[in-house]
Amino acid sequence: MNKPLPNSLRQGPDARGRFGPYGGRFVAETLMPLILEVEKAYEEAKHDPAFMNEWRRLLTHYVGRPSPLWLAERLTQKLGGAKIYFKRDELNHTGAHKINAVLGQIMLAKRMGKTRIIAETGAGQHGVATATACALFDLPCTVFMGATDVERQQPNVFRMKLLGAEVVPVTSGAATLKDAMNEGLRDWVANVHDTYYCIGTVAGPHPFPMMVRDFQSVIGTEAREQMMAAEGRLPDLLVAAIGGGSNAMGLFYPFLDDASVAMHGVEAAGKGVDTEEHAASLTKGRPGVLHGNRTYLLQDEFGQIMEAHSISAGLDYPGVGPEHSWLHDIKRVEYTSATDDEALSAFQLCSKMEGIIPALEPAHALAHVIKIAPSMPKDKLIIMNMCGRGDKDIFTVARTLGVSM
Amino acid sequence: MTGIPRIAARFAALRAEGRGALIPFLEAFDPDRATAMEILRGFPGAGADLIEIGCPFTDPMADGPTVQRAGQRGLKAGATLAGTLQMVREFRAGDAATPIILMGYYNPILSYGANFCADAAAAGVDGLIIVDVPPEEADEIEPQARAAGLDMIRLIAPTTDDARMIKVLAATSGFIYYVAITGITGTRSATGAELAEAIPRIRKHTKLPIAIGFGVRTPEQAAEAARIADGAVVASALIDVLAADLDAEGHAKPGTAQKVLDQVAALASAVRSVKKGA
Repeated sequence: MNKPLPNSLRQGPDARGRFGPYGGRFVAETLMPLILEVEKAYEEAKHDPAFMNEWRRLLTHYVGRPSPLWLAERLTQKLGGAKIYFKRDELNHTGAHKINAVLGQIMLAKRMGKTRIIAETGAGQHGVATATACALFDLPCTVFMGATDVERQQPNVFRMKLLGAEVVPVTSGAATLKDAMNEGLRDWVANVHDTYYCIGTVAGPHPFPMMVRDFQSVIGTEAREQMMAAEGRLPDLLVAAIGGGSNAMGLFYPFLDDASVAMHGVEAAGKGVDTEEHAASLTKGRPGVLHGNRTYLLQDEFGQIMEAHSISAGLDYPGVGPEHSWLHDIKRVEYTSATDDEALSAFQLCSKMEGIIPALEPAHALAHVIKIAPSMPKDKLIIMNMCGRGDKDIFTVARTLGVSM
Repeated sequence: MTGIPRIAARFAALRAEGRGALIPFLEAFDPDRATAMEILRGFPGAGADLIEIGCPFTDPMADGPTVQRAGQRGLKAGATLAGTLQMVREFRAGDAATPIILMGYYNPILSYGANFCADAAAAGVDGLIIVDVPPEEADEIEPQARAAGLDMIRLIAPTTDDARMIKVLAATSGFIYYVAITGITGTRSATGAELAEAIPRIRKHTKLPIAIGFGVRTPEQAAEAARIADGAVVASALIDVLAADLDAEGHAKPGTAQKVLDQVAALASAVRSVKKGA
């Protein structure tokens, strides 16, 4: 990877865990010493060749990396514009990008001498990845999942249980990802002595946004080499879905200093960003503090956090990773959105035309590609992060389409 | 505010009296504004030495189910930070001496804007506990609090080591809030032995009064906290009394506030039974 230039956009966060004004460590005193311990342990681990080599060994032989870069030829022809490549992280073991950062974090937890793992999950992909790594590393695992999500992501709930994890349905609030994260933080406060909280996205208190981004950057680093091999040049546009934003940060980060590469982050517009039911924190929110970091949030005029809505449980979060907030402010990344209906159409189109059933999360990214690719010249190159597979979503989609299974 | 800050004055007076402080908690607007106001106004008469008032937040990460539900009832009844300050203002009109500590999470404060500390002080608030603002993140709020004459009350937890404690203490005024357990509010309680070890560890580094909270539920536990430290904060146990008296729709009954105040009186009597050296 290139060494960051003095004016690089890849130098964040600062010593306080800030990306511009965003990020930080807004946690209760009980957690503060542990957050600092995680930061110190991570700094040591990432400079330890043995640690990094073991992580890479797991990525190669357990996860199946590198994931392919697939030229979606039929889709490209149908849309009639830019060439569309999928970075196929849906082919990873466990079916999504989440496993990349989970393995790194569970290795770190082991290194720190922690003997119990907790995690929050929305769509269940991060929960499945964490349960998987815990099975591999023989660690007990508890996954907090909003009761609403438990209902709409049954296959993943069963997977987690098969893998030996305990799944705790969270009933507070709207019983979705935000509430699962609250419960994860509460459990961690009560069990700091032996527990590691494996956060699933580039949010939470420092060092999590940095650490998860670093591990997920394997996506962008591979994509860069693969595109150079395929086309002999860098892509023109990167597109990724944004919930908390980990798959997008992973794809974008290695390209941040390449001015010729445009980047679009696609938030979930739910029933529309002008309705009350969406999850577009950057498009419609404003900065505030939640879950340990300062970032854009969906909140009311009094600073109370609002419920997000998306057909995709993985995007159903009223916040976003702090680095995205900063990239939004400095306009390095353009953030846009796709509705439930647009994602559903993309989901079906991709299945029929490419033989790939995407998760509803990247279906949002694909919906955006479908909107913009036709107006781009044919020699332009797009990489879209196909960050998860759709097996887990077939029941939701069937229900929405009125099909009984 | 003029003269000695209310919190320092109250702890000095209690020291002279040779006893510890009872610090009851109420969640603003729980279960409705009038009932919460009745409880707040009744606190000093029932034996509260200082008062902690919580401003509801949708995502109270440090709180257990009891305080979470109190917050949800409060929000449903229309609680806002401005509304909470207005409750304090009305209380202050009838009580110039009992210190009030406002406890809350940072996002509603940020949302309120830069006038928050000045407005809080003007309403009669004496100190702030902002759960999710550790000293490392206090560079915005602290100068505003200091300028307004508000004490910044900080939490010290069992996980806070000596090196960190010195840093936290340097950023604290009014009193120290010792979180007796690693955990959320209203779950388990610390043992007397744990407290007897923890409090002297803090005393080595500070002359500020120390109050113990998290898991202080019964009059016996409150008395023990007041004996080992300088005060006891009781929150979830009082909210439990309130919640148990609500009707099926979550509404207060005519005697609800009095039931809470009776429990405060029982706690106060236990705390006052402990004689301490001046």
